[in-house]
Amino acid sequence: MSLPPFQVLIDSHGAVLHRFLVASVGPIDADDCFQEVWIAALRAYPGLRDASNLRGWLLKIAQRKAIDSHRAAGRRPAPAESLPEIPVPAGEPIDGEPRLWARVRALPEKQRMAVFLRSVADLEYAEVGAALDCSQDAARRNVHEGLKRLREELAR
Amino acid sequence: MNEVDRQLRDAVRESRHGGPSQRSIDELAARAAREGLVDVAYGQADSPFGPLTVAATERGLVLLAYPELTVEDVLDRLAREVSPRVLDLPARIDPIRRQLDEYFEGRRRDFDQPVDWRLVHGGFFEAILRATAEIDYGQTVSYREIAERAGNVKAVRAAGNGLGSNPVPIVVPCHRVVATGGGLGGYTGGVERKRQLLDLERAAA
Repeated sequence: MSLPPFQVLIDSHGAVLHRFLVASVGPIDADDCFQEVWIAALRAYPGLRDASNLRGWLLKIAQRKAIDSHRAAGRRPAPAESLPEIPVPAGEPIDGEPRLWARVRALPEKQRMAVFLRSVADLEYAEVGAALDCSQDAARRNVHEGLKRLREELAR
Repeated sequence: MNEVDRQLRDAVRESRHGGPSQRSIDELAARAAREGLVDVAYGQADSPFGPLTVAATERGLVLLAYPELTVEDVLDRLAREVSPRVLDLPARIDPIRRQLDEYFEGRRRDFDQPVDWRLVHGGFFEAILRATAEIDYGQTVSYREIAERAGNVKAVRAAGNGLGSNPVPIVVPCHRVVATGGGLGGYTGGVERKRQLLDLERAAA
């Protein structure tokens, strides 16, 4: 198996990764997060065994970094594997970004990531599941529950 | 369509306009280099023949490609034969780019950049190219002579093959090896380029 030159990954997937991070961590932290994702990817790249879905692989790293960034912003100590999924209070949307993003960022972790991966990164449910280490059905459920919650909030 | 779906559709559409800034990409490459994560850096250098793609590892210059090879082809070869951690990092090849500029202006006779020989396959090919690297500016030697200098006077054909596989033409001056009896012999970049390089060196010498 041969891996494509890393620069090709940046050229092909840089835009979608950046969009995903701008939405999921907000425009202020997105650039730092963007660097973290690529540096982590570059470290892991020579050992990568499966090059069949590099976009999915990169987005999986990106969603982990987005969660790290979100937790750091919420001043919660890592590691946070066992933390309950308490939504961070909805912040105000940051200058110039769609109002909805701040609301999506206030969703519980899995729902938040599932909605952003499905909508902004345009992944299929199976790919969302792969990125979040859950089944396709669970991914679909997380998206639907997230959107349902947003609808309820907006209806209030 | 409900309100959330509408807002979501609009927000996704809006976010499509975004993307990383060039500054962000450049900073990323610089940081990757600082952290030792770039195995192959590449960039382009100007030449009278058009843009050359130049690549270097931490050991030195590893590949110099004439314009008829696409950047994609060059990067694929580097990823396959050196390392997939190939990054667009022109700063790393600045010294060789400057030296190439000076060479083409007739102001430079030697390149003092180290060469990474790892794309040269086989000891005899490497011996041929190392012997070629010693040929003085403006001088020419025959294929037979270079085979002899590499340690096997009978391997004239193999010497030609070794020169033809030179991954760093111009810097390792395989254009200075010519046929006996006045002919130029072959050249990877086309014999017309060989003639131009030799004319340049004669004019400047």
